[in-house]
Amino acid sequence: MHEMGIALQIVEIAVGSLPADLGEARVAAINLKIGKLAAVVPESLRFCFDVAIKDTLLAGAKLVIEEVPVVARCKDCQAQWTIDQPVFICQMCESGSLEILSGRELDIESIEVVEEDNHVSG
Amino acid sequence: MFPDDTFKVKRYFHHKDFHKPHHSRATPPQADVSTQKSGTREIKVVRRVLDVNEKMAEQNRKLFAEKGLFVLNVMSSPGSGKTTTLQKTLARIMPEIKTAVIVGDICTTHDADRLANTGAPVVQINTDEFGGDCHLVAHVIEKAAITLALDDIDFLVVENVGNLVCPAEFDIGEDSRVVVLSVTEGEDKPVKYPLMFRECEAALLNKIDLLPYLEYDKEKAVDYIHQVHPGMPVFEISAKTEEGFDAWIEWLKGKIKAKVH
Repeated sequence: MHEMGIALQIVEIAVGSLPADLGEARVAAINLKIGKLAAVVPESLRFCFDVAIKDTLLAGAKLVIEEVPVVARCKDCQAQWTIDQPVFICQMCESGSLEILSGRELDIESIEVVEEDNHVSG
Repeated sequence: MFPDDTFKVKRYFHHKDFHKPHHSRATPPQADVSTQKSGTREIKVVRRVLDVNEKMAEQNRKLFAEKGLFVLNVMSSPGSGKTTTLQKTLARIMPEIKTAVIVGDICTTHDADRLANTGAPVVQINTDEFGGDCHLVAHVIEKAAITLALDDIDFLVVENVGNLVCPAEFDIGEDSRVVVLSVTEGEDKPVKYPLMFRECEAALLNKIDLLPYLEYDKEKAVDYIHQVHPGMPVFEISAKTEEGFDAWIEWLKGKIKAKVH
């Protein structure tokens, strides 16, 4: 529900991370990781991103989203598994004491920049 | 103890609608971009998108620690009874515990007006000023908190915007989070909004005075809560009749006293 705010934040971070010597190069893609447990809807974020990049150095860039599964480890029996249902109980020993290893990400990984000469649109 | 001028009320109108794109599912088609590998540069960034908020939240946490106050972030869906629960809670803990409230809503000062009746200083945040946000963020809390006489306060309650999704994602520098769930909402809210129930330390199951009139399976609701957050304390309360309040108030006082000496 707050995807526009997130999109604006992504634009701010990405623009701030661009090298000063960008020259004729163009930003082709922003690579983002979103954990399944993050309160962000990828499709809505993509829509907002396309609006947010207008008239910025990122204009025309694609948002590449890698969704990260929720992986937990039991603190009692050390079992590790992927949580795909809203059940945060160890499947092996039924302990509720878990460590969430992944799934809360909302990270910008990298920016792909392409030289105009090598760019073919089609 | 609480000067009248700490009561600040702001009112804004909904002039920006940042949420409109959310309702449209149409994503404009994007041109396929094929690139010769040699012409592509990858710039490593590796930054959390919300790190600006997280840093601000850490600053808030430091400020609250310096001032020696316990901060509770209260979240729920709209209409679950947060404001009434807080009114009754404040009536029980004040004046023993010096309390102030920050309340977030998209529009209106209705909740602030109700909470001000308890005698606690209240700051209303209308998120319209900040783009009609569906949640409170750390820098907004900082702006509101510095208008309060923090040295005179032991307990700061933040009543977040009614929403079970977004507020869970935003750290505001609080010490603890609780979620209010009411028995008119359906038993499966915890599994529909797992992040909220994961992130909160305790749950208040409100409006239990209505149970005789509803086909609500309370045990199922509690089971769902514990499926998402094993061991989470669940306080069954009625903000109307104050049934179940003793255990909740005892828990809350314990949390406050553990931090404020």
